[in-house]
Parts: sequence; structure tokens; C-alpha cells
Amino acid sequence: MIELTINGTRHRIDGDPAEPLLYVLRDDLGLYAAKFGCGLGQCGSCTVLVDGKPAQSCITPIAALEDRVVMTIEGLGSARTPGPVQQAFIDEQAAQCGYCIPGMIARAEALLRADPRPSEAAMRDAMRPSLCRCGTHMRILRAVRRAAVAMGGGIVDPAEPVS
Amino acid sequence: MRLPQDDTFNSPDTTNLLDRGSQGVIAKPLDRPEGPLKVSGSATYSAEWKSDHCAEGVLVLASIAQGTVKTIHKDAVLSMPGVLAVLADEAMTRRSTQGTAGEAPVQGVQTVEYFAQPIALVVAENFEQARDAALTLEVEYAPSDTPVAFDPESADAEVELAPDTEPVEGGDLDQAMRDAAFAIDVEYETPGHASAAMEPHATIAQWKGDDLVLHGSYQMLSYNVKEIADCLSMAPENVRIIAPYVGGGFGSKLGITHEAVAAAIASKQLARPVRVVMTRQQVFETVMRRSETRQRIRLAADETGKLIGLGHEALVSNLPDEEFAEPVTQATEFLYSGENRLLKVDVARISRMTAGSVRAPGEAVGMQVLEAAMDELAQATGIDPVELRKHNIADKVPVEGTPYSSRMLAEALDQGAKAFGWDQRRPKPCQTREGDWWIGMGMASAARVNMLVEAEARVTLKADGTALVETDQTDIGTGSYAILGQIAGEMLGLPIDRVKVLLGDTSLPAGAGSGGSFGAISTGSAVLRACEMIREKLAKALGCTEDALELKDGLASGGGKSRAYPDLLAGKDLAETGSIKPGDTADDFSQASYGAFFAEVAVNAFTGETRVRRMTGAFGFGRVLNAKTARSQCLGGMVWGIGSALTEELAFDLRDGHLVNHDLAEYHVPVHADVPAIEVILLEERDAAASPLQAKGVGELGICGAAGSIANAVYNACGARVRSFPLTLDKIIPHLPDPFTEAG
Repeated sequence: MIELTINGTRHRIDGDPAEPLLYVLRDDLGLYAAKFGCGLGQCGSCTVLVDGKPAQSCITPIAALEDRVVMTIEGLGSARTPGPVQQAFIDEQAAQCGYCIPGMIARAEALLRADPRPSEAAMRDAMRPSLCRCGTHMRILRAVRRAAVAMGGGIVDPAEPVS
Repeated sequence: MRLPQDDTFNSPDTTNLLDRGSQGVIAKPLDRPEGPLKVSGSATYSAEWKSDHCAEGVLVLASIAQGTVKTIHKDAVLSMPGVLAVLADEAMTRRSTQGTAGEAPVQGVQTVEYFAQPIALVVAENFEQARDAALTLEVEYAPSDTPVAFDPESADAEVELAPDTEPVEGGDLDQAMRDAAFAIDVEYETPGHASAAMEPHATIAQWKGDDLVLHGSYQMLSYNVKEIADCLSMAPENVRIIAPYVGGGFGSKLGITHEAVAAAIASKQLARPVRVVMTRQQVFETVMRRSETRQRIRLAADETGKLIGLGHEALVSNLPDEEFAEPVTQATEFLYSGENRLLKVDVARISRMTAGSVRAPGEAVGMQVLEAAMDELAQATGIDPVELRKHNIADKVPVEGTPYSSRMLAEALDQGAKAFGWDQRRPKPCQTREGDWWIGMGMASAARVNMLVEAEARVTLKADGTALVETDQTDIGTGSYAILGQIAGEMLGLPIDRVKVLLGDTSLPAGAGSGGSFGAISTGSAVLRACEMIREKLAKALGCTEDALELKDGLASGGGKSRAYPDLLAGKDLAETGSIKPGDTADDFSQASYGAFFAEVAVNAFTGETRVRRMTGAFGFGRVLNAKTARSQCLGGMVWGIGSALTEELAFDLRDGHLVNHDLAEYHVPVHADVPAIEVILLEERDAAASPLQAKGVGELGICGAAGSIANAVYNACGARVRSFPLTLDKIIPHLPDPFTEAG
């Protein structure tokens, strides 16, 4: 039995300690925001926050998560009351097919917690591990910049135009 | 009531009804309504539907390339914990279904035709048990002794003319090449590509008596229903597919895929829901590949740079008997002048997974090569690349003589060049150096055929004055929810928040599906037609002519009267189903979307590493239905162009045809660090022959030539003319000048 704290709630998981967090989230807890994209830690669709840092939940065994705080983007807000990063992603219309977006939001949230006023290079480097195939990168990067401003930090470099 | 023949689009529609609307929502850069769901994790994708007592299936793929499955040692795994069944049903699909097939692909998994072909499905109580059993399962094969080709270039590969691409022959190309003041005769290669949609293919199958319900990830539901019904020898009426959110497709989800058929068979046998999610490697190995191509381009130009001859011959590959062959020359047929021509596609029959549609089949690789070769002609003639292209815009389609519908190529070239600052380009290579980097600029034309296909949609003006749009059209990230709502809002005079759009369910009228850039214009035309019928009835109810009718903010006015919809409808919903069918306009006009790409790159003088620094694209695709989602399609296409130019390449083992780089660590799609500032210019255009919306397709236009502009920029930067895509470091380095030479 492993105890996990996810989005502020304690869950007792009767599973294999080696089971990746992603499968617990989706198959046991019905938390579907974190996506299965590759199961190999290659695409970032499954990214969640662990102690505020981005983690690929598809390759993170639950045994490594006791005494840690897990947050999925369900914990950041809802469709009706989105959190500031989610709102920025709506405002910039960063989602196309939307499948990579929860991972992108988790990664952006982690970046802005650690570096509220990121440089362009820091932003691209932080977001780099999460893949997007629709090619909505420019809108995602704009959303991160917008969130940085909205959350009181700011941006270092001028934004690129997209409308 | 409209007569049925009115549904066929036989003559250009110059009424431009959408331009007469008063609501002002069409074309506006409105947000997609499903955005909040997607950023909060509450949009339900295929594998996420709740289903009680659902078993999990894992596909087993062949570890030989050719032969038969002799024995599957089921018993050993059936005794493993939780394992429910091992299926190797002859109705399971051996090959992938091509887009718009509407019928089963090759079935039967006892015969193996290519490495990693599905041969069985293992089903268990949970995913881990099924995966464990699938990995444990022992399979004995009887490999075939018949020699098989794995390499399209090998002598033992049978080569034939592509079944569905008519060669174009006109005049005497050889003579034109001899007569030409400037002649280019070059051969280029492009590798195979993967769609690599972020959501792997997944299906939850469930039977209710004789009725099958699939929750899955597909692009073209009305075709997919027929395909799976044919696979299972059942009536299409007994199949329902639900797919409101699809995590990308790019061609890979056009036809019904292996996991769907396997899940349906397993569900029937076990009398419970079964979910099958493909692994990322399985998606790469067994769904669909874009064929590699070898392309010979011949350009014969007179002393002014005018093309008098044009040759485009391609070799692509596919499994034996597959109709589909990458239509490499599709846009070459109409893009430039030159009456002496030979355009032809050959297909080599080899043992590799099915080749089919990947975003912009044909133009994606055909245009990038044609446009790279055009750059070689520009270099040879000394004519500016933009001017060379404008000089070769034909008056009518060469050889065929077909007139063009509206065409914005010249405008795109001019406006793109201006916005990009093309006049700053230094024509000769190796002129600009910044530290260790050579800087260069390149350009290319964009072109993609326009297709209008059959579609239906139902629009209901409800008694409360709101509207509902219903069709099984999918939204794979393209913006269908937003666009179809805007068409209805404009036609019915409703603010966008009073229009609801329901998609992705085959219990609704059959839309076009998402593919070939035809979803928005085809299903959108059906929505338009339904709204026209509603407008007729509103005019009648109000007592005015249709011409006099003005609809705005839920108020109908005309003939000196004005009434709100709830009042006018008197408690009754008004529902109409509109439809569109392609007609004579498809043959009477050459229809395409056009554009131009401009790219600036930096090439490392020592390592050959290429970074795209900025890109500009200018595009004309008829009426813009939503300036935001259209822009996103263009941006996305150009990002694909970056991948196609620099990194994306399927690598097959030539000994057995197996895909070596079968995941996202080894198949490199562009990431945030690779995507520079991209500017997109949307041109104002109406194309009356393209669709009743005066709109054309845009979903694929942004990739069609984009990689060529990058390759041309690499040449301009450092003088490396690489005729093999992608332009990786190893291919550039041999062409690099001494890194210590001065620029200029």
C-alpha cells in the first residue's frame, strides 16, 4: 500500500510500487488530464508537478512519490475557473488538438514557480522536452509569456507576434 | 425545399452570401469553444471514456517480415493472471485502411506481409497483465522462401506505374531540354515520414446486442463506420462511432486502424467492453508511413527563364497491390508553365508497413523538391527566385488547358517577399557571416490542390432563438467547432455564444471528416446550405423576400417588419439538413490554395548545424473562415516544414524492412527550441468555384513547399546544395567552404 498526495488529497494505492504514476492517475483515480503519449518519457504529454518540479509521470514509479506532493493540472483549475497558466493558454489559444497541452501547462507552471521572470532562452529550454505535433509552439510560448506577466513576474525579451 | 440536384456543386457560387451577413462573425479570429476543456483536462479523448468492467487488449506484432503464423502458444499465457483471451481472428486487419476507402483493408493475420504487422491481440483484466502476456506469448512462424524486396531501390523490387496517378505527357521534353537556354536535370531524395500525432491510436469497443459502439481516435467517421462494418461483415447502420476530441491525426487516423477492429472482435467474444491502446512504437511500426521518394526534376527554360519544359518523375513505394502511391507530382501539374512535360509516379512493391496519407500527401514532398530545383534554375539563370516564379505562372493548366479558379500565387509571392524583407537577400552564397554561422535566405512557392467532398450537416434554429449545428465531422485540432459555429452564426444572425456545435458522433449527419484539407469547406458548405433553407423559412414566416431578409442578434427584419426568433418560431424548432456533393466545378477549373514561403537560416561553418532563424508565409486559400484557426494551420504546416527539411526521417532496416527509429526519441519532430519566429499573412480572396463558401482548404498548405524554402536558404547561406532531405549535418559538411574563409 502506497500513500500518494495528489492535488491536495491523500490516496491509498494498492498497486505495484513500480507502477508508473500515469497509470495510477488515469486507470485508478480517473484523472485523465495527464496523457499517455509514449510511455517512454519521450514526449512530455504525461508531465505533472512533483514537489513543484516537472516530472514525466509515465516513467515515474509510485514508490518514488511517497512523502512528495503531486499536482496534475486538474489541481490548477477547471474549465470554469481556470488557473492563471490555464487562462493564459486559453487567451493565446495555445491548444489545437489539445493532447500535449496538459503537459505543456504543467511544465510552464513549474518553470514560472522556479523562475517567475524567465528569459526567452530559459523558456524555450524549459518547454523543449514537451512535444507538440500540431505545431502550436509559438502560441504555447506566448501563453507562457502571458502567464509570467499575469502571475506578477514578467518577461525579459519582447514577445513575438501571433494573432 | 431545395431539389436534390441543388446539392451538387456544378457551377461557381458568386452570391457570396456570407459577405452579405450582418452578424460579422465569419472570418473573425474567434477562440475555439472547446479551449477551456482542453486546458483543464476535461476534454475526453478516445481512451478516457468510462466503461464498466472494461478489459484491456494489447496487440502482438510479427517479428518476421514474410511468411505465415504457424502456431501461437496461447495456453501458456492463458494461465497467466488476469488473461482472458488470445485472438488471432481472420477478420483482424493485416494492412492499414487508406483514407476514404469506406471498405475493409486487407484482412487476415495468419499471413505476414511486413515486419511488425499485427498478428494477435491479448486481452486481460488490466493493461499490465495484457502487456505481460503479449510480451511472453510465443509464436512460431513459417517464414516464406519467396524472395522479397525491402529496398525500393533494389533490383528485385518490382516497379510499376502508380495505379491512381495518371502520367501527364505533352510535347517533347527531351527536345525542350536540348533547346533550352538553361536546363536543370537533378535528382532529389526524401525519406519516409511519420504522422506522429501526439495521441496514440486507441479504441474502446462495446456491443449492445448486435450494435457496436466505438469510442476511438479517427479522422473520418462516416467512412470509418463503413470500414469497420465491412471488416466485421455487419451492416454500417449497426455501428456508432463517438470521437468528439481527437489528439491529432495528420493522415494516420483517416482509415479504421488495427486496434479498433481487434477491440471490436474481442469485445464481442468476451461480451464486455474492451479497450486497446497502441503503444507509441506500434503506432510508428504498423499504422502508416509516408513513402520515401526519389524524384527527378527536369527544368528547361528559355533565355528569359520561362519554362518551356518540365519533368517530374518519382519513385515511391508501397505493399503489393495497394492503390495508394504518394502523388508526388500533384501540384506540379498546374503550378508552372512549360507545355513540354512528363510527370509520372512509379511505385516499387516492397515489404514495409502500408504507405498512405501523411499530412499533404503528394505536395508535402513533391513541392519541397520542385521548389528546391526551381532554386537551382534561379541560380543558373541569375534571375531572382521570386521573379522566376512569377515569370512562370501559367495562363491555363499546361497540356490539359483547364482554366484556373481564383489564384493568389503572385500576390503571395509579392506580399510575402515584402513582409520578409527579401530585398535584403544577397543572391550569391557565402556572403553573410555572423561569428561561426553563415546566414542565408531562401524562398519557395506553396500549392495544394483543393477538394470539395460530399458532406451533410443539420442545423436547428431552436424555439428559444439559439442554434445547434450537428454533424459527425471531427475536430482534430483544426478548429471545426469554431468554424462551423461561425458559418451558422453569420448565416442565421446569431452571436457566437448562441450557437452550439456538436461533432464527432455518427448518430449525427455524415460530415466530410478531417482529411485532405476538405473538412472545413465541405462540412461548412453543408452547414451553409442548411442555414439557407432556414433563412427561406424565416423569410416566409416574416412575410418578406429572402433578399430583403436581414438577420442580426437573433432578430429577423425585412419588408418593414422586425421580429425576434422566439416570437417568429412560435415555440417550434426549425431544423434543416444541408448537403453538398462535388460537381462540375471540380473538373471545369483547376482549384488550389497557393502561397509563398520565406526562410532565414544560420548554418554553422564548422559543424553544418542548421538553425531556422525566422520564416514568413503568405497564403491565399479563398475566404478565411476563422483567421485564428487558419493561421494556426499555416503555422503548424511550416513547423512540419522545419522537421521535413532538417530532422524527420524514417529509417528502415534493409534486411527485413523493419522500422529502426520507431519512437519519438529517434524520430525527431521539431520542438520549442527549433521553432523560430514565424509570421503568417492571410490574403483576402474569394474563390467562387471552390465551394459555396468561396473558401478553399488550408489544413495542409503550410507544409507544401516549406522545406524547400529552408533548403534554398541553406544554399544561400553556405553554398551547400544538398539533394537529399533531411539536411542533416553529415550531408552539409562535405559542401561547406573552408570555415576560415571570409564572407563574400
